Amino acid sequence: MFGTAIIVFREVLEAAIIIGIIAAATRDVPGSRRWLIAGLLAGLAGSAVVASFTDVIGSLASGIGQEIFNAIVLGIAVLMLAWHNIWMASHGAALASSARSVGGDIRDGRRACSVLFLIVGLAVLREGSETVLFLYGIAAAGSGGQSSMLLGGLLGMTLGSAVGYMIYAGLLRVPMRWFFSATSVLVLLLAAGMASQAAHFLIQADLLPSLAAPLWDTSAALPENGLPGILLHSLIGYDARPAGMQIVFYMTALITIVIGMKWANRPRIAIRSTTGAV
Amino acid sequence: MKNILLVTLLFPLAAFAADADYTLVIREHRFQPSELIVPSGKKIKLLIVNQDATPEEFESHALNREKVIAGNSKATLYIGPLDSGRYPFFGEFHEASATGVIIAR
Repeated sequence: MFGTAIIVFREVLEAAIIIGIIAAATRDVPGSRRWLIAGLLAGLAGSAVVASFTDVIGSLASGIGQEIFNAIVLGIAVLMLAWHNIWMASHGAALASSARSVGGDIRDGRRACSVLFLIVGLAVLREGSETVLFLYGIAAAGSGGQSSMLLGGLLGMTLGSAVGYMIYAGLLRVPMRWFFSATSVLVLLLAAGMASQAAHFLIQADLLPSLAAPLWDTSAALPENGLPGILLHSLIGYDARPAGMQIVFYMTALITIVIGMKWANRPRIAIRSTTGAV
Repeated sequence: MKNILLVTLLFPLAAFAADADYTLVIREHRFQPSELIVPSGKKIKLLIVNQDATPEEFESHALNREKVIAGNSKATLYIGPLDSGRYPFFGEFHEASATGVIIAR
């Protein structure tokens, strides 16, 4: 039962952390809650579909379909997170200070919401499909003890969601003047971590060279299967034995998004200060 | 002279070994073989055949690899080039029985 709980916890945790951070980051975007829930539901439905087509996806592209699929899902998620962060860099402060009712950027807000929908949907899709497969395997095995394992699955799901909620609740307590920096740093690291994971899948499929593999090995000090390692993996993309190419992807995503945020923020400083004066 | 000849004869073999396929079979939630010996310093194409009806996830922290293999199907993944050593792996969905190690020499 505990084995099951741990596996499900790990899968659910990654999605829960992403959702917790994104939910906190978009708390002032009008309609964000509805889109978040819609993304969650769409992701769950998508997980079931992906899980049932695992063999089909896996056999595509002579056996590396799964890696390509994962890399594409991660790639889209990175783009969406990047867009979200850059958008928040230019609208976030305005959203918070001028309250929800202003609605000067309703169209933009709606676009932010559809991005939110995609991010949550993709996060759930990726982690959810593995959980569905795992639980299906248990249910289909028919070797007894299923109810205790399914109970373990439920326990893992609850714990994973609880951590996600704790991150969300914790972020909401961050004082306003730190709030945007805190959430955007977290989203930034999430995106970089996902870019590194995408590279990882493409290396596994031999579509990218690994460069140095591993570049370093910190598995003795901070193993990836321990709780701190799991948390850091989900939060900042920690990898105990990363390939050089993963670091290239990580840094490229990080630097590109930071430049994008700076670029988006600069011309708006003047505008924001005038609206602030009104 | 004979040695040189032998070495040149070995060249095509060495080239072939560079993308040689290794196969792991999953049956009744166990890997066969549970010890796979591969050459070090070479990229390896690993074929995993899951003969069980249930899905399995091949996972190895040491190799930094993870891949889901649906029931009754095959999957390919690439590992290495590896330094000499032992690289344990396991089936995440049946961790109690599905364990093994890749030994690079």
